[in-house]
Amino acid sequence: MLGSTYAIVALGLTMVYGILHVPNFAHGHMYMLGAYVCFFLITIFGFAYWPALAISAIVLAVAGVFLEVLVFKPVRNAGGITPFIAALGALIILENAVVVLWGPEGHRIPNPYPGIIDVFGITMSTQRLLVIGGAFLMIVLLQLFIKKTTLGSTIEAVAQNKEGATLVGINVNFVSALTFAISTALAAVAACMVAPIFMISPSMGSLVGMKAFVIVILGGMGSIPGAIVGGLILGLIEAIGGGYFSAAYKDVFGFGALVLILAIKPTGLFGKEIKGR
Amino acid sequence: MIKWLKANWFYLVVLVVALVLPLIVTNRYYGQVITMSLLFAIGALSLNLILGFTGQASLAHGGFFAIGAYGVAIFTYTLGWNFWIALPVSALLSGFIGLLVGMPALRTRGAYFAIVTLCLSEIIYLVAGNWMELTGGHNGIVGIPTPNPIGIPGLGQLTFDSQISQYYLVLFFLLLTLFVMHRLTKSLRGMTFLATAINEDLSEAVGINTFRTKLLSFVVSNFFVGLAGGIYASLIGSISPSVASVGMTFNFLMYVLLGGITTLAGPILGAFLIPILLEYLQFLQDYQMILFGLLLIIVIIYFPTGFMGLYKKLSDKIKKSKVGA
Repeated sequence: MLGSTYAIVALGLTMVYGILHVPNFAHGHMYMLGAYVCFFLITIFGFAYWPALAISAIVLAVAGVFLEVLVFKPVRNAGGITPFIAALGALIILENAVVVLWGPEGHRIPNPYPGIIDVFGITMSTQRLLVIGGAFLMIVLLQLFIKKTTLGSTIEAVAQNKEGATLVGINVNFVSALTFAISTALAAVAACMVAPIFMISPSMGSLVGMKAFVIVILGGMGSIPGAIVGGLILGLIEAIGGGYFSAAYKDVFGFGALVLILAIKPTGLFGKEIKGR
Repeated sequence: MIKWLKANWFYLVVLVVALVLPLIVTNRYYGQVITMSLLFAIGALSLNLILGFTGQASLAHGGFFAIGAYGVAIFTYTLGWNFWIALPVSALLSGFIGLLVGMPALRTRGAYFAIVTLCLSEIIYLVAGNWMELTGGHNGIVGIPTPNPIGIPGLGQLTFDSQISQYYLVLFFLLLTLFVMHRLTKSLRGMTFLATAINEDLSEAVGINTFRTKLLSFVVSNFFVGLAGGIYASLIGSISPSVASVGMTFNFLMYVLLGGITTLAGPILGAFLIPILLEYLQFLQDYQMILFGLLLIIVIIYFPTGFMGLYKKLSDKIKKSKVGA
């Protein structure tokens, strides 16, 4: 179940990297922000679960565009480590802004589907099943969007060759903003789906963000199937490591696996060679 | 000699100021802030070696700081070693772990390397928090002794219990680090570091073994940050896993970037100015970090070379206008 949420968060990250070659360190914090928006919509404004999820995705899409225009666009041509220092700055602002506005303590979103279902002899809570189904749906929809629509294929075009895309009349700025919007909206959806199961807190973003990065690298930066497979691998490694060896060191196994895989294949499982970056 | 003095008078003044500073600043609190600034300057300088001069964004710097700190804590407190043996051993340990980790990690490039080191730092943090027998878990280790006195024949003993003596101790190590960094970056090997940072493929083409260059830089950098960590543990007297946290790495990053990357003075300047700035911004409380993030973004967009870059730009302009007149 965790694997599938990781996969959606990582999908957004890998899209942004594939297009802009920006390692968006603030991605996990957008995920956190998504969970918060969802929480406030439900508890304060009394929205039902599904509309809250949809609105949270839209709000975060707008936030993503702001992030792109204000932080990443000015450093797009700077190269080197500059973009991710900018991302670190954004991350610090986001995390502390949430702490200042809503306090550092955790909150819980009421679980919309508290029931339990029996699937082929395996007992699961409905919400967890929902997460798995939702993740699968998101992945399919995203694939369809990118492969079957014109708008989607402009994203792929820019990822493959920025100059070439500009030549054939694709507005690179628009596509960048669009990619960011989709990426953060995906993060918001993942956050809203998981939030009823776990607590939400301002610090929830950093660990998820880092895991998303691990996945993206496991699968190879910019590769969408890589992100999906990577997400499932990480989820499995954590579940097996945490269950059979030691729960305290659960994260160590995941990160350790990354270091191992990179030692064997420095560009990740599905990654292309990156040069001079 | 005169010529040398003329070229370097500014640095001499800074050195003299640094030497008499504890006599001027008598407030214990500020004294502590300054000593810690000097200590973090060592860490910032070493980060600058790998980040600025070699162009590899290592985000495990806080982790290696913690390895040095835990090393000294365990050797002196748990095992009862002499500080002056524990310190170099811990720094070497930090460098050695850097070597072990660097071998797989440095095969990756750019953002990949940054993430791998970030994960590494998280592993160190988790191990520090969970290995109860060795590190004391999340409570950490309390009661680490201050550095042992050094006996000097004919002069008595040099003790490190007072704040002033600790200040000079840290200053000594900062100068040592600065000296090594200066010699290293100005040497031919330092040039290969820079070449690797600027264009890795081209450096490889002209016969530089970029992998070994990066590895050397990584190990040296981790050695010095381990040293800083070791001194930190001994002076503060207690450590907890928070020294290994990502926040520590961010602090170092901030010092280097705001001070001026790829310069020797920049990281030191950053390590001094930012804590002082933070002291003045205390009244902002929670908003302090938001402002900080904002500052980081503005600096990276408009002044990518930090304070030193700004200074150089201004001084170049003044020189130009003088030549013009």
